[in-house]
Amino acid sequence: MSNIPENVRYTETHEWVRKEGDKYIIGLTDHAQHEMGEIVMAELPEVGAEATKGDSMGGLEAVKTAEDFYSPLDGEVAEINEELEANPSLINEDPFAAGWLFAVKTSDDSQFDALLTPEEYKTHIGE
Amino acid sequence: MDKKTPLYDKHVELGATIQSFAGYLMPIKYGAIKKEHMAVRESVGAFDLTHMGEFRVTGPDSAAFLDKLLTNDAAVADGKAYYSTMCYPDGGIVDDLIVYKITDEEYLMVVNAANLDKDWAWVQSHLQGFNIKVVNESDEIALVAIQGPKAEDLCSKLTDADLSVIGYYEHISGKFAGVDALIARTGYTGEDGFEIYMKYPDAEAVWDGVMEAGEEFGIIPVGLGARDTLRLEVGYPLYGNDIDHSTTPIEAKLGWVVKLKTDKKFISREVLEQQKADKPGRYLVGMVVTGKGFPRHGTPLFSGDRKVGIITSGSLAPALGQAVCLGYVERGFQKRGSELEAEIRGKRIPLKIVKIPFYTEGSRK
Repeated sequence: MSNIPENVRYTETHEWVRKEGDKYIIGLTDHAQHEMGEIVMAELPEVGAEATKGDSMGGLEAVKTAEDFYSPLDGEVAEINEELEANPSLINEDPFAAGWLFAVKTSDDSQFDALLTPEEYKTHIGE
Repeated sequence: MDKKTPLYDKHVELGATIQSFAGYLMPIKYGAIKKEHMAVRESVGAFDLTHMGEFRVTGPDSAAFLDKLLTNDAAVADGKAYYSTMCYPDGGIVDDLIVYKITDEEYLMVVNAANLDKDWAWVQSHLQGFNIKVVNESDEIALVAIQGPKAEDLCSKLTDADLSVIGYYEHISGKFAGVDALIARTGYTGEDGFEIYMKYPDAEAVWDGVMEAGEEFGIIPVGLGARDTLRLEVGYPLYGNDIDHSTTPIEAKLGWVVKLKTDKKFISREVLEQQKADKPGRYLVGMVVTGKGFPRHGTPLFSGDRKVGIITSGSLAPALGQAVCLGYVERGFQKRGSELEAEIRGKRIPLKIVKIPFYTEGSRK
């Protein structure tokens, strides 16, 4: 069973989103990191880049597979997790905290409210 | 409906990530692929490869039949095995396989699971004129591979046979973990190791015996994920990735399994002979990534603005700590040391053509 914290929202493409001050922090879910296996490289967006809901913001490379990750919100990339450059395995070890991917600033909070609830995400991944 | 190997319940108990592969529910990994990979490089690992297909060829014309179908030469000694491609008349590859010669009148062909139905149909369509019988034993024969530098020490605990006298690509029939088995010194990892073929009901005894005897060597089960990274690290091609109907053994640098020096009239001979003389338009090469990125199957390759090839396999090479790839490049661009670029998400990643195998420390005998 995957870890599905109650204090974040989710996307169908397996990102989690948490509101923190005036930003939204985005990462990969525990379910998705487990499916991918050991992540060996994270290609993150540039700070200041435009984020469009549903658009690819970068890629994750595991030993054998690669997956893009997507912005759950419209806005602007406010911050990226620079720790991942040297230590991409943080995404595996601590997906909901130290392994976060990027943060977005948005003026439209309604998009966050429309994201999947933990219960809905649980159903989405069939657990 | 996917099939289960006789060891399926063991894999589930071990917590494996199970996926459908070639019609079987197979363990992809039990934990971390890197860890499984390194266990095989440094000590020993066990694989359930029961999905592989087995065709038994018997009868007086066995060698003649195989010599017609396969590009490599069936004239090997009893107890030897050989690797070969099987080609279409146009030189494209039907499959690559290992053939174990038991006697002049009995051979065992071991084919890729993903090609089983196609291979069987191909074999069936060429039987005419040969005094042989071919039986598809794929649903009766299980396969457990024990691979790594400690494989001989481990396997010696499970058989009375003297394994030290069995050379690479040799095999014997005998008792293993108390059951009848074909014990072969073959594998797909670049390490020393054995592949044990037994009847389905005996698979559990072999698996349990191997895991128990391997405890002192720190054996762990290894899934198909690490099987792929292990084979790529030593540059072995994988059917469906690096070779298929659209590629020939000459292009894939498998000319060494095309017996052009004999006078045997195997299917595709004229085409491959011509291609060898003319030189093919492209070659399979090994590349290491010198920049930052992971080219994968299908990633295009460039020299400047010119597209000169395509990646067919790519992953992290865990024992080397860098990304390696196989791919085809146009003739003229295949020189060792040349630099190319892969294009990933619109970015160019530099690569260098190198000698295969990438990993050269393997314990393979």
